[in-house]
Amino acid sequence: MAHEHKLEIFRGLVKFKSNTQKIWGVLAFLTLITVVEVALGIIKPKSLTGTYFLGMKVLNWIFIILTLVKAYYIAWDFMHLRDEKTALRRAIVWTPIFLVMYLVFILLVEADYIYNIYKDGFVTWNF
Amino acid sequence: MDSTVTAGAEENVWGGGNRPLGASYGKLMMWFFLVSDALTFSGFLAAYGFSRFKFIETWPIADEVFTHVPFFHGNFPMYYVAFMTFVLIMSSVTMVLAVDAGHKMKKNAVIWYMFATIIGGAIFVGSQAWEWATFINGDYGAVETKGGRILQFVKADTGERASISDFAIEIPGDRELHEKKNGIWYYEEGTRTSLSLEEVTKGFKADSNILIRTELLDEEGEKTLLSREQSLEKLKSATMVVEGANLVQNEYGSRLFADFFFFITGFHGFHVFSGVMINLIIFFNVVIGTYEKRGHYEMVEKVGLYWHFVDLVWVFVFTFFYLV
Repeated sequence: MAHEHKLEIFRGLVKFKSNTQKIWGVLAFLTLITVVEVALGIIKPKSLTGTYFLGMKVLNWIFIILTLVKAYYIAWDFMHLRDEKTALRRAIVWTPIFLVMYLVFILLVEADYIYNIYKDGFVTWNF
Repeated sequence: MDSTVTAGAEENVWGGGNRPLGASYGKLMMWFFLVSDALTFSGFLAAYGFSRFKFIETWPIADEVFTHVPFFHGNFPMYYVAFMTFVLIMSSVTMVLAVDAGHKMKKNAVIWYMFATIIGGAIFVGSQAWEWATFINGDYGAVETKGGRILQFVKADTGERASISDFAIEIPGDRELHEKKNGIWYYEEGTRTSLSLEEVTKGFKADSNILIRTELLDEEGEKTLLSREQSLEKLKSATMVVEGANLVQNEYGSRLFADFFFFITGFHGFHVFSGVMINLIIFFNVVIGTYEKRGHYEMVEKVGLYWHFVDLVWVFVFTFFYLV
């Protein structure tokens, strides 16, 4: 814990002088991302909502990727995962990622199947 | 395994007596808890995704549901939630600054940063309560059909949403609420809506400027607007008026949306609330000098982990509930 902090972010592109400075730098970055997200959510550019990638709107992909970026910096810099041993960091990060990807895959595929049953089957539900 | 641990235990990292992961027991257990809690939240959000994909064509549009800002009238989608997100990130920053001050053994700095964190958390919980109250009270009102679907009203000339009180024609009468004490003792009528279905229907027939919009999303991602004839036909299937939302009815659209909203933001709000309580306890411990005597501020770091986790979860809730 009370050891030295790793003070560079963006793979060494930005290096801060002290831990306090790094915290404010990360805050500025997270705020910027939130502002971009909200602005996109309000404007909803037609070019992003109309185009699809892997069955999902490009805008939604952008939201999800920006969220993961935010989560990365919260975990790495606020929760000090950057300063932890590699083994601990990997145990913490990859366990949920693996399980969640599996669960989301299973549930969303199943939900899409039910959606199609409702759409093409003989059950009326939207009346 | 060799039970004697020497200082140079390089070849025997897991043999005991040292910390292979370089973290104390308490911190490891906090991470252990956070990973399992993350899986719980993921389960909820995945279940939300399941229901949403199941009803992908009729799911409510979050922009149209959360449009209010306290003390202001008008249509401000997202602004308030964005503010709440910022408050939570900001309180995360003061928390990490408190941890940093703790490493340097600066007691007063820890006190002030933790105080700011607690205030931030309280603002967030308060905002969430306000958000809930607004959601429960509802905006425009709607009617529900036999199939349990929601029909909302739109002004034909402007395309704006019409509140049921804008066009409904009051029918005089003194129908009273059926309570246990004034009717059958084992039967109770729930809250009555401010307008009855007959009044809404009568008003709708009289005002040709009002159209119905269904839950179904068109190719543009907007709700489908019916023509006047279709609207009149559709209104025949209405069974009741819905105002606001609860676990059973939801004027904004799919009932599941309201259920998940209450469940996920409620569970998150409960985490924030307990986080504020835990922060308070640690705050008083710092004030009375417990950690100064102990020689380190690791407790602040541990509750800090929990507090950042709450922020982390909100980032995901914000995306999947309000943005996507």
